[in-house]
Amino acid sequence: MTEKTVSEIVERCQALYDDLNFTSAREWKAAVPGRKVISYMPVYVPRELIHAAGMLPLGIMGGGDNLEVIHGDAYYQSYICRIPRSTIELGVSGRVDFVDGMLFPSICDVIRNLSGMWKMLFPDVYSKYFDVPQTYKDEVGGVFYTGEMREFLEDLERIGGRKITDDDINASIAVYNENRKVMNELYALRAAEPWKAPASEAYLVMRAGLVLPVEEHTQLVRDYIAAASAATDRPMKDNSRVVLTGMFCEQPPLNLIKSLELSGCYIVEDDFVLVSRWLIGDVPTTGDPVHNLSQAFLHSSMSTAAKYEPNQEEKGQFLVRAVRDTGAEGVIFASTSFCDPALLDRPILQNVLKRADIPFIAFKYAENSGQMQPIREQAGTFVDSIKLWSAA
Amino acid sequence: MRPSVVTAKAEDVLKDASMIKQKEMMAKHYERLSSAPETGAKVASTFVPGNLNELIMCFDLVNNLPEVNAIQSGLRKQSGSYIMEAERAGHSEDVCTYVKSDIGMMMKGNIGPNGKKLPDPDVLLLSYTGCFTFLKWFELLREQYKCPTIFLQTPYMADGKVTPNMVQYMVKQFKETVIPTLEEVSGVKFDIDRLREYLKKSAQAEDDLVYILETGKNKPSPIDAYFGGIYYIGPIFGAFRGTDDAIDYYKFLREEVDQRLLKGLGPVTPDGPMAEEKYRLVVEGPPNYTSFRQFWKMFYEEGATVVASSYTKVGGTYDYGFRHDPDRPLESLAEYCLGVYTNRSLPMRIDMLSDYINEYEADGLLINSIKSCNSFSAGQLLIMREVEKRTGKPAAFIETDLVDPRYFSAANVKNRLESYFQMVEQKRSGKGAAA
Repeated sequence: MTEKTVSEIVERCQALYDDLNFTSAREWKAAVPGRKVISYMPVYVPRELIHAAGMLPLGIMGGGDNLEVIHGDAYYQSYICRIPRSTIELGVSGRVDFVDGMLFPSICDVIRNLSGMWKMLFPDVYSKYFDVPQTYKDEVGGVFYTGEMREFLEDLERIGGRKITDDDINASIAVYNENRKVMNELYALRAAEPWKAPASEAYLVMRAGLVLPVEEHTQLVRDYIAAASAATDRPMKDNSRVVLTGMFCEQPPLNLIKSLELSGCYIVEDDFVLVSRWLIGDVPTTGDPVHNLSQAFLHSSMSTAAKYEPNQEEKGQFLVRAVRDTGAEGVIFASTSFCDPALLDRPILQNVLKRADIPFIAFKYAENSGQMQPIREQAGTFVDSIKLWSAA
Repeated sequence: MRPSVVTAKAEDVLKDASMIKQKEMMAKHYERLSSAPETGAKVASTFVPGNLNELIMCFDLVNNLPEVNAIQSGLRKQSGSYIMEAERAGHSEDVCTYVKSDIGMMMKGNIGPNGKKLPDPDVLLLSYTGCFTFLKWFELLREQYKCPTIFLQTPYMADGKVTPNMVQYMVKQFKETVIPTLEEVSGVKFDIDRLREYLKKSAQAEDDLVYILETGKNKPSPIDAYFGGIYYIGPIFGAFRGTDDAIDYYKFLREEVDQRLLKGLGPVTPDGPMAEEKYRLVVEGPPNYTSFRQFWKMFYEEGATVVASSYTKVGGTYDYGFRHDPDRPLESLAEYCLGVYTNRSLPMRIDMLSDYINEYEADGLLINSIKSCNSFSAGQLLIMREVEKRTGKPAAFIETDLVDPRYFSAANVKNRLESYFQMVEQKRSGKGAAA
């Protein structure tokens, strides 16, 4: 069997990323009569349940910088982030007309209200605001969350016209455990040797997981890791290692990630496409799967501004740990303009970093930001200052 | 006999007697709050939508509402400098101005509207209802005050219904977290009969509030349900629900409104009684507070009365039948939180506004879209279009901010309002197409 090269894999991922008609998902659906596709917005939904129903979970991360928003702007006033505009654009322009359901995870007030807008605009398509607990006691948030997941399962059974068994879900959990495992391996490779697996490539590899069947994506990540690890033409540069945070919802344009790399950053940790790595560690594949997924959400999941942190001492420590674990030298706060959760969280997180003596910078972006020069200059200066101070 | 209109010389504006009474109540409350360090009273900071005043009172805690403080700062033209102070300290220009006004006020010594320092809270009761920003706001305050923070999550009513799972979740939070922590902070044992008593009183005041708000259906409307409505909702949405003071206030207000109704009078404005009711409007969204009087004037000078508003439902949708119920105390508190306006889905909000236009025989819908409030504002353009479609009445959209004076452009707002009134006229004269 011929092994795939890095450029072949990245090229394929780039094509999937650029395709705003979601052709691969359309083809998956058309391949077998009766197949269904359930899409979701960023942060977290339990994709295992959709997979267990035999459906394709399809990640919709806004329109990016290649989508001209024509209709979407008519739905939002000036002071609102871009992702809901471009998501509406995807909807009204028919680009997601093959989708059988759309999930709106609990991120912020904008996405929450978008769930109602979707109901009004597409009354014949299943749409659900996917609420998650913000309290993490088993008997309180846990019971609520299992209740919500069971209601969602009933909806999926109705849409799919078949019963979803615990065995189905456990099998899907195993498949997603495997996917998270390879994603974590990819992140470990990038943290260890970021010159071999640059963030701009790792990002595309990860994004492919939003549109491909999970099994296929797991293989793709494996192929990429093998090819990138073996690459001999990627020398190490005198870059600074940084953690990038604040990008959990509206995604940055790819050029922004590339610009940060060009300015001298090795991005060794980030919060892109959190759904891919949300649950930490394996979820058990025996017993009550809904309970197990709930436990994983409550007690072993990523931190982000879309979640309440009940413990003041723990607030922001995920970021400090990310810096320590990856050997990063600084943090870049990159938030979407008008992103309430990220921007309100930022001062608290900055204070945590100050106390931990970790340098940081902050800027804002939109998914269609085109002007990278100021960001490149800011990041370059930051990297220079890290080098200067670490040398002193 | 109670005077229905009195002159408040200090501010050179006319106020209803009820407004004076309400102002006195608020002053008394702020006095109680600022004297807490001397009296030994403990303070719970919490939010307006979904506030648990009855429960807080069960623990002898005094209720402090950061949003109301921000409003007071806005009305007193102080919020602008507070916001700048917060932005200088690293807060983004993009986020909620209530938060920045509150943080800035804290940074400048936390001086309340009575000129005295407000006490640090003993507990932050994070009643997360219909606004994600609340969650972050109290994380920011917790960092500063380092006091216990109780979290109460209200699930969003996305599908237009309250499910048993939602109510059970909230009741469990009350039993396992909210009440035990309030007991611990206050040192007062929870007494459910005391709660029942307060809830009974709440329901009594709520009956009168609904009566008052529904008088807007009369022609002319004896109330302004937006600008005047701000005064009407103060006691019940704030620190007085469940008290005898609230019952007395709403009885008093009801009599006052009835007097005007009997005489066929419109609402009282800062410049005197409303002359002629030329336009009847339904308004969606909060008002601007930094230019409150100027904003109001743009309406009453044109003869526009707001007959119903969504803002008067942020602290409870009583006109849709909800009453606090002493027989189901915790469930009732849960249902109250679930039902507040901003916790309702967009389709529910559209239904409500369309109903108001029809039931109150309004000429149309005006949306005041708030720059920094996504909870209200995200999606309002769709609301506008849908309400227009359903009712056949014209709608208009203006943009201001809650308490950031930088985002109130008087000329722009006035222009848009004047255009809107012309649109209403055209519609009336049968030139609907032009609208």
